[in-house]
Amino acid sequence: MVSILDYEFMQRAFLVGILLAATVPCIGIVVVLKRLSMMGDALSHTSLAGVAAGLVLGINPILGAVAACIAAALSIEAIRKKIPKYSELSIAIILSAGVGLAGVLSSFVKSAANFNSFLFGSIVAISDFELILVCCISAAVLVCFLVLYRELFLITLDERTARLAGVPVKTVNFIFTILTAVTVSVAARTVGALIISSLMVIPVTCAMQIARSYRKTVLWSIVFALLFTVSGLFLSYYARLRPGATIVLIGVVVLVVILLAKSLFGARGRAGA
Amino acid sequence: MDTILEVKHLSFAYGSQPILSDVSFSLKRGDFAAIIGVNGAGKSTLMKLLLAELSPQQGEITLFGQALSHFRDWPKIGYVPQNGAAASENFPATAEEIVRANLYSQTGFLRLGGKRQREQTRQALESVNMLPYAKRMLSELSGGQQQRVMLARVLAASPRMMLLDEPTTGVDAQTVQSLYELLGSLNRETGLTIIMITHDIAGAMDTVSRVLCLEDGSLVELNHAQLLDEMKHRHKHPIPPKQTNRTYSV
Repeated sequence: MVSILDYEFMQRAFLVGILLAATVPCIGIVVVLKRLSMMGDALSHTSLAGVAAGLVLGINPILGAVAACIAAALSIEAIRKKIPKYSELSIAIILSAGVGLAGVLSSFVKSAANFNSFLFGSIVAISDFELILVCCISAAVLVCFLVLYRELFLITLDERTARLAGVPVKTVNFIFTILTAVTVSVAARTVGALIISSLMVIPVTCAMQIARSYRKTVLWSIVFALLFTVSGLFLSYYARLRPGATIVLIGVVVLVVILLAKSLFGARGRAGA
Repeated sequence: MDTILEVKHLSFAYGSQPILSDVSFSLKRGDFAAIIGVNGAGKSTLMKLLLAELSPQQGEITLFGQALSHFRDWPKIGYVPQNGAAASENFPATAEEIVRANLYSQTGFLRLGGKRQREQTRQALESVNMLPYAKRMLSELSGGQQQRVMLARVLAASPRMMLLDEPTTGVDAQTVQSLYELLGSLNRETGLTIIMITHDIAGAMDTVSRVLCLEDGSLVELNHAQLLDEMKHRHKHPIPPKQTNRTYSV
């Protein structure tokens, strides 16, 4: 009997999935705690504009997505600084601009199937170039996250006190913005532009329900993302479902179960007290 | 050098709206100054100017003998923001993690000095009577306890001057009293220079050594008799409390 892991495309899918599952929550925890959960959505939608531009201009669509995402992420940060009291507006503005641009540019794309593969991703159809890109970016994000762990902790807690503690807030924010943009654009190719923000937010939300410290929240986020990705790939293979969508739906189900269990046991605890 | 902070002829306006006009004062090591004034008098603006978040249109600020525009030694300054505890109450971290993170300036690139930092964190939490809660998540602590953690976070880094922006907003009377006692003993025992923005003149009166009053953009230092007059005036025309949706208690 042929095992799922006997297929090279599935080996690649697992490798890429596991790398992204270890990487995306590191970005996700900072994004969630900065109350910018929709940032992933805005960037992934803008990445579609970059994909369309790449396909129209005949350059690699992933590189187009990376460029568009970096421009979008820096614009979000710039708008957020201009109107700090309504920082979420920056995401809404860039999201609208990204969707509009993607819509206009997609009408010039000749291969609709190629463009559509970025909407829901194609983790089982990863090219050599994409595999190398995911490996390099995952390594870069993990190293940066570990090196900047304390800086990012302080900035997400409070930017003003981070500056007073000696953190180079602008530089760290800039590096993080670039890392977020690059991660989102590459992950969009694999799990899909429409679902990448869920993968960024759901594992972190699950972890926040059970973890008893910041460090454990980070570790649990990665564990949950790995769990969703591996089980999602198995389920999608045997049930012939879209892998990216299956991964995210498993995450949503697990989150609902955790929330129900918490409220059930919490209510019992209160009743027994 | 005994002078920690010197403000000379400081003026600031938001657009055409003047907020501070020709404000001058200085603080020496060990001073504990309360800055009072009605809502909109410019107290928080003054705090932002001292933290270099705003630039004055006129005048100059000198911190530890250095012009503020060239001052880079920010870890010498401890800052407790208004509603700082409430803003961070759902942050998924323990009290210990929050306090220890503020020792950032004392760690090198390789994050060495773990044992020393653990001890500094322990001492800071102990000084605010929060050591038994070190492993608790911030969200599990009461508002008063969270405020103590925010204070310990600042104290852990051994600042030379501490700025507090209305630290008693929304805090119950018992917690306010213990907070003042704590700040008073820190000031007396370590010579820590403290500036505290407050509306609570009556509560702070026995603890602070100086009271600076902002009124119509000007800053005047009140002596004891003037302070009593001010309190009588406040008694007749109390300042409405700032909007807050919670009351802290220990």
